[in-house]
Amino acid sequence: MDIDLDPIESIAVPIYHHYHATSAKAITPFLHAIKRGELMGHLSSATGKVLFPPLGACPESGEATHEPVILKDSGTVIGFTTVHLPIPGSKLVPPFTVANILLDGADQTCSHLISECELGDVVIGMRVQAVWRPKDQWDYSLENIEYFKPTGEALVDVDELKQHCLERAKLRVKNRVKGNSTEVHHA
Amino acid sequence: MREVGIIAYAQSPQIRQERALNEVEMLMPMLKVALVESGLTMDDIDFVCSGSCDYIAGGAFSFVGAVDALGATPCKMESHVEMDAAWALYESWLKIQSGEIKTALIYGFGKSSVGSLPDIMSQQLDPYYMAPLWPDSISLAALQANTLLQTGRYNEEDFAAVVVDSRRKAKANDNAQLFGDVSIEQLLAEPYIASPLRRHDCCPITDGVSVMIIAEKSVATKQCERPAFIRGIDHRMEVHQLGLRQLAESTSTTLALEKVKEQSGIGSGGVDIAEIYAPFSPQTLILKDALGLTDTVNINPSGGALAGHIMMTAGLDRMGMAYRAISEGQANRALCHATSGPCLQHNMVSVLEGI
Amino acid sequence: MNSSSSNQILEADFELGFTYTRSPGIIIGKFLAALKQKKLYGIRGSDGSVLFPPTEYDPRTAASLNDFVPVSAEGEIVSWTWIETPREHHQVKGPFAFALIKLDGADTPFLHRLFCDDASSISAGMKVKVDWNDDRCGAITDIRGFVPLTATVGNF
Repeated sequence: MDIDLDPIESIAVPIYHHYHATSAKAITPFLHAIKRGELMGHLSSATGKVLFPPLGACPESGEATHEPVILKDSGTVIGFTTVHLPIPGSKLVPPFTVANILLDGADQTCSHLISECELGDVVIGMRVQAVWRPKDQWDYSLENIEYFKPTGEALVDVDELKQHCLERAKLRVKNRVKGNSTEVHHA
Repeated sequence: MREVGIIAYAQSPQIRQERALNEVEMLMPMLKVALVESGLTMDDIDFVCSGSCDYIAGGAFSFVGAVDALGATPCKMESHVEMDAAWALYESWLKIQSGEIKTALIYGFGKSSVGSLPDIMSQQLDPYYMAPLWPDSISLAALQANTLLQTGRYNEEDFAAVVVDSRRKAKANDNAQLFGDVSIEQLLAEPYIASPLRRHDCCPITDGVSVMIIAEKSVATKQCERPAFIRGIDHRMEVHQLGLRQLAESTSTTLALEKVKEQSGIGSGGVDIAEIYAPFSPQTLILKDALGLTDTVNINPSGGALAGHIMMTAGLDRMGMAYRAISEGQANRALCHATSGPCLQHNMVSVLEGI
Repeated sequence: MNSSSSNQILEADFELGFTYTRSPGIIIGKFLAALKQKKLYGIRGSDGSVLFPPTEYDPRTAASLNDFVPVSAEGEIVSWTWIETPREHHQVKGPFAFALIKLDGADTPFLHRLFCDDASSISAGMKVKVDWNDDRCGAITDIRGFVPLTATVGNF
């Protein structure tokens, strides 16, 4: 026989799970640094590249990374996108621009917002500078930086920058072989 | 069938809670250990396959993050299963059978201490009839255990005897979390957590990782003095709804065993040891019967999953432990079993041989 | 840099929520619509047996199924586990049991809650009946659970 009823078309089945997380060994110093307003990357001893934000593993060599390098809060736009659709659960109001930014001294880009300029003005190679939230709002989060703003400096040739980074990384490996340092580097 | 051998295996200690290291940090040193054992470098590895589940520690795409530990730039040929890493091994074995690759590295990780694993496992259930009631994995195993009791084949003392045996054997396993001498009387004096299961009938919450390297025969014999060759491997799955299954049996295990016998010519009577993935003590008994194992076979010389249970790799670990016993000359043939899903829904059987 | 403080592990509790809405499909959708009206239906399998709750397919032959069969709101316990201390996710306040229950008129047992005085009062073959939820929305939880046939509903 059939059931002479309209089928239930949808049922809500929300799932909630609770977790207690601890910060990973390699990432913990980075989190303490950002709380102090410092941007801490990791130097990969295998490749000489500075990874930011650090995840504790060098994806090129598979080696563990832990050697801290404090980076400046300025950098170069390597790529960007302007978001026009609202993201569920996000505080950001579209349209807004997210860029892959190569911090000065780093060899890996990180993503952050670009503001204080017209959407159409963002270009690849643009020099940008972090705008920090008030110190009393700082937490263990990259959101301590509210956004990056253009500095007005001349555009950077990204291909040249890439070349420069590769050469610098090679040099770091070379220097490292000469004198093994565990000091905090200021790139 | 191409001959494929296990040539290296590394497992982290199976600890109750790893506070300081995340999955990638646990994985990196074990990758090194396995690579050194195999005499290969990452460049020699043709394919990488992992088993993990993001729900366990609540980290989205943690399996992608784990790829960093491989040195995956430039890209590796890589795949992932959201199943026990034993199934990652199966995918790798198939790829070798296809002739596409000669070597594969398999890994799995689980950091169960971060979340509430028994509740998280409810997500495996069908979303209409079972999941809304949130039966946790312990409760479901308890229903199965009760079904087994009702057959009259076993009693609660038999459950406890499995635990006594596991703890005793685990004394020889450096990576075991639970080991030592306990008595049946002691265990039966403990309260139920979900009758007829007591806490010790359940595998312990464990943080850890495991890595294995397998290779086609030409590489395996060159790299390894005594590889463990996979003579047969098969897996079968049962229907999802518990009410449609015979919970006191494991028909899928028996079926997989039949296929393995066809492939290998080796039955459960022809093995020295068996490593069975039974996360709950009564399941050891169900599986022992389904595999037709007699007392002449040493079951779970490692202590099995009751001594340490890295969720998502405990099945691969059975093969790893059997490989170790074979490579160290303690056994020549081993029957291995892995499971996935509630109440032994999905089962893999394999036979490993040393020569 | 103060290395002791900068190595101190940070801890945080967090919740992950997945607010899924599911489409049960025609067969399960009709079964749930009937539940809302306190009616229970199984489905006839290829061999004539009645599967409860209904599946869209026969587990042995994979044939499509659509022949609903009314089943009783009473049945018997096939297996059970007594839970003295429920977990938060169980959404139950006091001790209870999960049970596999075979309804009269059905040939397969299914999972639900069982409420009764204590573990020792449960046995295989024990007769039970549905305790309906007052608020029903067309979900398996429209059944609050099962109680002994002799019990007055609402005692548990």
